[in-house]
Amino acid sequence: MSDAACLEVQGITKRFGGLIANEDVSFTVNQGEILSIIGPNGAGKSTLFNCITGFYRPNAGRIFFRGKDITQYSAHKICKLGVARTFQVVQVISDMTVLENVMTGTYLRTYNRRDVREKAEEILRFTGLYEKRDTLGPDLTIADKKRLEVSMALGTQPTLLMLDEAMAGLTPVELREMMALIRKIRENGVTLIIVEHVMEAVMELSDRVVVINSGRKIVEGVPAEIVRNPEVIQAYLGDRYHA
Amino acid sequence: MGKFTPRQIALYVVVLVALIAFPLVVKGTFPTHVMIMFFMFAMMGVAWNLLGGYAAMFSFGQAAFFGIGAYTSTILLMNYHVNPWIGLVVGGILAALTGAAIGIPCSNLRGHYFAIASIAFAEIVRICFNNWKFVGAAEGLSLPLLPESLGNFMFHSTKVPYYYIMLAFLVLSIFICWYITVNRGGFYLRAIKESHELAKGMGISFVRYRLYAIMVSAFLTAMAGTFYAQYILYLDPESVLILPISVQVVLVAMLGGAGTIMGPVIGAVILIPLSEYTRVWLGTKGTGVDMMLYGVLIMLISAYQPKGVWGLLTAIGKRAK
Repeated sequence: MSDAACLEVQGITKRFGGLIANEDVSFTVNQGEILSIIGPNGAGKSTLFNCITGFYRPNAGRIFFRGKDITQYSAHKICKLGVARTFQVVQVISDMTVLENVMTGTYLRTYNRRDVREKAEEILRFTGLYEKRDTLGPDLTIADKKRLEVSMALGTQPTLLMLDEAMAGLTPVELREMMALIRKIRENGVTLIIVEHVMEAVMELSDRVVVINSGRKIVEGVPAEIVRNPEVIQAYLGDRYHA
Repeated sequence: MGKFTPRQIALYVVVLVALIAFPLVVKGTFPTHVMIMFFMFAMMGVAWNLLGGYAAMFSFGQAAFFGIGAYTSTILLMNYHVNPWIGLVVGGILAALTGAAIGIPCSNLRGHYFAIASIAFAEIVRICFNNWKFVGAAEGLSLPLLPESLGNFMFHSTKVPYYYIMLAFLVLSIFICWYITVNRGGFYLRAIKESHELAKGMGISFVRYRLYAIMVSAFLTAMAGTFYAQYILYLDPESVLILPISVQVVLVAMLGGAGTIMGPVIGAVILIPLSEYTRVWLGTKGTGVDMMLYGVLIMLISAYQPKGVWGLLTAIGKRAK
């Protein structure tokens, strides 16, 4: 394993009864890069995401985070090690304000209430939600909710941040803002894995892209290669368009 | 939350001073008894709130912890001459351990399922005690009479010392729960209440924090149990382990406002005098009337003010500003 590897996924297989959601998926995420996982609906992206974050236990294969085997770790321990995530369906704590939501994340590594608050405020300034810190979670727009979810994840001070469709359903302006935020997070030294459907964002943001189809990795490469790859085109558009 | 305005602090101080002065002004035995019962159920409501209000663990089994507290100190006193104050601590620890033992297998249960499991647990405890010779089975136990003193946790000529002890217990419980809820524990419990998935994703071990909540809640409830045994001086499963006690605790918290620190106190100040006085006014003919009144109140509250009376008061308070 190279020193630069932040995450190494080796031969992950996940079955649900007879359904094979992931089969022998392997890839490596380097320190400081943005890696996107794309693929058609039902390809197994979210399953893979859940295996890495400890929400599912893979049937076979191993996962290393900064050289440590985390395959059998429970989700909260993986987070404690420095892997934070957001959810496909936005989850915020509904009876808490924006600030309190972020504080809940910040409490992972800080105990003193005043320090927790200060750190949470700092994160909100960073993500641009500071002005809305006293708003209740559910009263936010969908774009702000997604931003809040990212802020909550940042509260846990991750080295690897995993975003599950953080850009789905945003307006073009909101999309630009979210992309800017993701770049800013990377500039702060955080490695990112993005599961995404919004191709515009994937192509612009990613250093590398992993394409999943029917549970298997079909190709991996830089964005420019991916868009020209015949297997990718086939996976997205079907056989009829295959040259 | 966490910070108080000067007006709020003033209000709490005034209420506390009034409660301290109450026995000096009102001399009757019965009003004192009603106040003691009010404090006791308020304390149990505050303890329940940590589970039901903050972590969505709707326990209908608090009577088990209450009973464990009452029986532990009593058995220790009767058989081993252990001072009731030590019995109080031992009972609390035993209840907390029992809570942990029941909490681990139930750690994945949510909502109704947790409620059902907690009822089953409390009923098992009641049936065991009902048939267990060592603890007096269904006949119950009469506490040995000790000389009246604070050290012996026993008073015969007046109820007033009990009044102050229970008031102190209530204040202590409120402080403990307030401290937990404004710090990490409270944030984590609220996250767990929202969703286990979300909590796990934020690095929260929901099994561990749920256990903490159960253990603290069980300890405080057991303290109330020991108090009750020392106060009534007689103990049987029908007086400390039955489901109506658990239900009363839940009602107190829900009516007052689940998930708020002072909610259960407000709930208790409404429900307990209501129940005690209807019992006296209507005598045995009126058995159950208090429960009917509860029913009506609970329906009104859940239909019109799900946040409880406390929610109503804070809403009025905000409008007044």
